Amino acid sequence: MQRVIKAAIAALWFMVLTLPVLGIKLNTIESTVTWRLDRIALLGAGIFALALIWDWCFSRKARGLAVIRLPRNFSLGSGMAILSERPVLMAGSLAILAAIMIAMPLVVSFYQTNIMISALLYIMLALGLNIVVGLAGQLVLGYVAFYAVGAYAYGLLHQFLGWGFWVCLPVGGFVAVIFGLALGFPVLRLRGDYLAIVTLGFGEIVRLALQNWTSLTGGPRGVGDIPRPGFFGMEMDISASTTYIYYLVLAAVVITIIVISRLKNSRVGLALQALREDEIACEAMGIDITRVKLSAFALGSCWAGFAGVIFAAKTTYINPSSFTFMESAMILSMVVLGGMGSITGVVIAALILILAPEYLRAFSEYRMLIFGAIMVIMMIFRPQGLISGERRRYRITGLHESKGGRQ
Amino acid sequence: MNPVLEVQDLSQDFGGLRALNELSLTVNSGEIVALIGPNGAGKTTFFNCVTGIYTPTEGKMFLYDREGSPKLLNGKKPHVITAMGMARTFQNIRLFSDMTVLENVMIGRHCRTRAGILGAVMRDGRTRREEQESIDASYALLELVRLQDMWNETARNLPYGAQRRLEIARALATEPRMLLLDEPAAGMNPQETNELKDLVCSIRDNQQLSILLIEHDMGMVMSLSDRIYVMEYGSCIATGKPEEIRVNPRVIKAYLGESDA
Repeated sequence: MQRVIKAAIAALWFMVLTLPVLGIKLNTIESTVTWRLDRIALLGAGIFALALIWDWCFSRKARGLAVIRLPRNFSLGSGMAILSERPVLMAGSLAILAAIMIAMPLVVSFYQTNIMISALLYIMLALGLNIVVGLAGQLVLGYVAFYAVGAYAYGLLHQFLGWGFWVCLPVGGFVAVIFGLALGFPVLRLRGDYLAIVTLGFGEIVRLALQNWTSLTGGPRGVGDIPRPGFFGMEMDISASTTYIYYLVLAAVVITIIVISRLKNSRVGLALQALREDEIACEAMGIDITRVKLSAFALGSCWAGFAGVIFAAKTTYINPSSFTFMESAMILSMVVLGGMGSITGVVIAALILILAPEYLRAFSEYRMLIFGAIMVIMMIFRPQGLISGERRRYRITGLHESKGGRQ
Repeated sequence: MNPVLEVQDLSQDFGGLRALNELSLTVNSGEIVALIGPNGAGKTTFFNCVTGIYTPTEGKMFLYDREGSPKLLNGKKPHVITAMGMARTFQNIRLFSDMTVLENVMIGRHCRTRAGILGAVMRDGRTRREEQESIDASYALLELVRLQDMWNETARNLPYGAQRRLEIARALATEPRMLLLDEPAAGMNPQETNELKDLVCSIRDNQQLSILLIEHDMGMVMSLSDRIYVMEYGSCIATGKPEEIRVNPRVIKAYLGESDA
């Protein structure tokens, strides 16, 4: 009963608040007032229902129950665990996935392939940011700056020096690393909110510099006529070269996943995770936090640099408006939504966040509204992200049964 | 008796507050030395100075290496000091709480292993061997502190006493010659304290290291330590064997206050 009263109060409150905006229509020419109380009533009913649902969700959360009752022992995480315990199943599903991904551009249209390319690019970016935010726990809000640096490195090196894609790919990554270190040094002492603000500023500085340094970057006009990647000097039409870029990005994503998953489980990866947990204990255990932090920045920005070069090659035209704070926020949401530090989770989240808006064009006006709502709901009901608690399995010599995985 | 840690006239000022006042202290090899004193006497500040977290205002600190030559600790960063052979635990437990028990100890191996980013990506034979060695060494340390059955638990889910033992194992993983324990028995029941006492003794005997511990549990301090330093208001007011400290009037005064009669 109390819940109903609470929901009724919420509904009433909303009705009062929205009355002047939605409920009254003034016609200033004829000086008439039209009351549209039916809308207000509808809104009230909607809010009443939502408030009841919301309250019910919270009461379940408070009692420690899952909001949506899934079949027992079923969750994304445990699904992964089941797969990783059965190598045959794992290999099988990976093979199917690989077959789908490889066949994709041959089956679907040119337009769909382009969407997949940008989704894959975002996966690369999100995985790169995952090193910095998810593993090392350094909240970076200006990640898109490194993406821009990579893209402009290719665009400008081609424009002024005529360098090709394959030369620029490593160079773009390298330049991004330089920028990563340039940002890393001054922010070594910062953490949490302060770090977030400085990196946010860094992202804006890079964007503004690109926008206003007209003599070098072309300003808002950007850099055009960037060649697509070549394949042993072969001439390709647009659709063939899109397919080619698709495979290129796919390979890049696979390499990224392999490298990052190895890195995550290595000595360096453990140090990064220790840094996220406790900096003082980290130092006291003999970890050089300066070095570890800088490697986190370098590794993260390196991937953004690669992705930037590929992005420039894909679109053949870049300008500063592709590198706004919105992009940084988007990439960060992928990491948070997917689960900090989880590679599978981040890949899934990146696919959802890029593909869902593309295929739900009908709702494009509400995109940000839905996006915000999803983020709020996730943070309340599943703050650890889609997949959490991925554990590495260790083998201990002399311990005959090799236990491991999630417990 | 070869010294392992030697501190000369160490002072630490925080603004106008003198937290440590010309403190001198020596720990010889194989010794268990206790540092006691009322709350706020500066014991943890001393640990923080010696491990490089604070930069002392005055004074010199030396850690002797295996050959017996003194190495200055002043101005060195914490991780360098750890690599030189000094490890510590924390008064308020500072574990990597979202990582597993084994991983916590493996972090301690960091400064004794070498694999870099390239090795991690390539996973060549050397990296894999080093990693397996690190896993096995960490597991052996967990056996030493009797946490081997919980090796795959998340550290935060461990009971309190086990967390304290895990901190000791993590510190031991750095292969120290000088181990600093900051209130290892805090919050433990008498039985756990007794087990801890045995553990500390066995560590000293088996790992050939010296131990400096801060502790409030007098039973433990008196039975365990070879020598005791007593601090009050940042200064050392007494030093000696447990039986001397027990009857020292200044120590009794510092702990119990002075009677007017």
